[in-house]
Amino acid sequence: MSRPVELPRWMDLGLLPLVNLALALGVCAVVVAVVGLDPLQVLTLLVKGAFGSQAGIGYTLYYATTFVFTGLAVAVAFHGGLFNIGGEGQAMMGGLGCALVALPLGDHLPAALLLPLMVLAAMAAGALWAAVPGALQAWRGSHVVITTIMFNFIASALLAWLLVGVLKQPGNMTLESGPFAEAAHLPGMHQVLGWLGIAWPRTPLNLSVLLALAAAVGVALFLWRSRAGYELRAVGFSPDAAHYGGVRPRGQVMVAMVISGALAGLVGINELAGVQHRLLLDYVVGAGFTGIAVSLIGRNHPLGIVPAALLFGALYQGGAELAFEIPGFSRDMVTTLQGLIVLFSGAMAQVAAPALARLHGWWRPRATPGAAHG
Amino acid sequence: MDEWLIGGLLASTLRVSTPLILCALAAVLCERAGVIDLGLEGKMLLAAFAAGATGAVTGSLPLAVLAALAVGVALSMVHGYACVSHTGDQVVLGMALTMIAAGLSIVLGIAWFKQGGQTPPLPDAVRLSPWFGGAAEALKPVPVLGALVGGGLLGHNGMVYAALALVPALWWGLYRTRLGLRLRATGENPAMVDAAGLSVKGLRYGALAGNGLLCGLAGSYLVLAQNANFVPHMTAGRGYMALAAMIFGKWHPVGALWACLLFGFLDAVAIRLQGVVLPAALGGGAVPVQAIQALPYALTVVLLAGFIGRARAPAALGVPYVKER
Repeated sequence: MSRPVELPRWMDLGLLPLVNLALALGVCAVVVAVVGLDPLQVLTLLVKGAFGSQAGIGYTLYYATTFVFTGLAVAVAFHGGLFNIGGEGQAMMGGLGCALVALPLGDHLPAALLLPLMVLAAMAAGALWAAVPGALQAWRGSHVVITTIMFNFIASALLAWLLVGVLKQPGNMTLESGPFAEAAHLPGMHQVLGWLGIAWPRTPLNLSVLLALAAAVGVALFLWRSRAGYELRAVGFSPDAAHYGGVRPRGQVMVAMVISGALAGLVGINELAGVQHRLLLDYVVGAGFTGIAVSLIGRNHPLGIVPAALLFGALYQGGAELAFEIPGFSRDMVTTLQGLIVLFSGAMAQVAAPALARLHGWWRPRATPGAAHG
Repeated sequence: MDEWLIGGLLASTLRVSTPLILCALAAVLCERAGVIDLGLEGKMLLAAFAAGATGAVTGSLPLAVLAALAVGVALSMVHGYACVSHTGDQVVLGMALTMIAAGLSIVLGIAWFKQGGQTPPLPDAVRLSPWFGGAAEALKPVPVLGALVGGGLLGHNGMVYAALALVPALWWGLYRTRLGLRLRATGENPAMVDAAGLSVKGLRYGALAGNGLLCGLAGSYLVLAQNANFVPHMTAGRGYMALAAMIFGKWHPVGALWACLLFGFLDAVAIRLQGVVLPAALGGGAVPVQAIQALPYALTVVLLAGFIGRARAPAALGVPYVKER
């Protein structure tokens, strides 16, 4: 019935994602209306909450930072032909890695040495948590989707166990570790801009936002400008052809998962080193899954992922503001919208394509309709 | 060991396993037809909400169950539309359904009931009542049977027994009927099914409809039997655990049943061991309850890696079928 339809490149890359996004927003508007709110008013307040003030922008960028990391993580794995649903667990482990460096060494090392170590530890821990499912896929043939889901649950159990036992601060009833030392605090953007003489309100936005931009550039250079990235994409596109061309698919599965996990692990830096300054239980709160939506709308390219992460950052921040302003509005509306976006931009991405193709054909009829194939 | 303790453990294992069994059967049904279902969690959650909301508003048990079934089937039809009719990615769709359900259940719950996403507690008339309670009472004085059979196996609600009865029913349907053979063939080699003049699409939609019904039952069980009302995120990963159980049971209804009972047993044990101190011979300290809770997932990973036998998925699992023209 529905063969994939060939669309012109500008439509496929530019128009189709926008149409799908509009469909998701439309359905969400219906939900908003059913709940008894005015969609237009909600949208206005949402934009105002996300971009209307310096503080709002700060929060938006802070959320976007996390989503850039998880979005890039999904995208890198995707280019290697893998679907990494384990961003959630890898981000948790990244936070654990960061805490395991910050807690014992915090009092002994200067910030200039400690912070890079924490970043490396977060990346290493995330990478390790992704490497195991990667290795099991490469050598034992167990599907990475299922394994990474299982690893999310195992990570959360491991974190809970550590926070109940070894890492628990004596005398504190909440499940959290002791506070990080001052040297392990990643400077907030308000501090950095303050050093430069720019006044900026205090928000959770911290230096990780620059790390996120660097990661986006790095991923783009790696995937499209390096030999290793070419090999990775070759395996993702066609493992057999890549194998014939001299690339070892197993190695590439590992490369994709390790980079993906390392990127997801960086969420720990933004959340723990940047804001919380201690290890908690639930600091990832679905960011790993949001990464799937971000990567899908961003068409798995850093140039798309950064704006998509901004969109989600704005939705999270605007949603939080809305929950204050309008009684009866819950932030979970954003989760719903996120799911609808994954539905329309991901699972049903091609549903609108035939209609667009017809529109295109009607608007610019083909000179030769091509030879008929049976 | 105290036989009443074993009886109690048996009873809580059965109670905890029931939604897992229903959900795992739902997964067996649709994965055997070649459609991956990562949306179990979402289908179950929204169905639970439907049962809770309808039960609270109408005060009618049949209507509550019916609403849950309808929501389960409706989500499965979205699944079919995106993945069977439009060759969408089945894994992505599962994630989408789960996110939508998690968000929508709370948004609607807050809008309609204004209790932070919960539904009001259901009256007793809407809750499932225990069966064979009299027999359990009568067996009480009998030494071992009273504890094990009376305390463990009897006195559960109808859906527990229905879930257990559905296992052989699904086995019979899948392995002993013509329709079952066709369904399994759809998951292994859809082109052959197509060549035999059957509709791959129709079979997959049918499997998904059954899947939706079973997920709806699982969701309604959570609200009508396990809990007194709907609570946000109340499925708490049970959908994924059922998926794990289905894989652990090697895509077979009976295997899935044993896996669900094992996982349910681990859960029941973990709850009982909360805060219990290990004997000194094992190093003392609290029992690592988290380790027991993570065990189902770890076991599934180990099984999938082929270290305990080989779990083989249906050959055409996750591959959309495009009819040749």
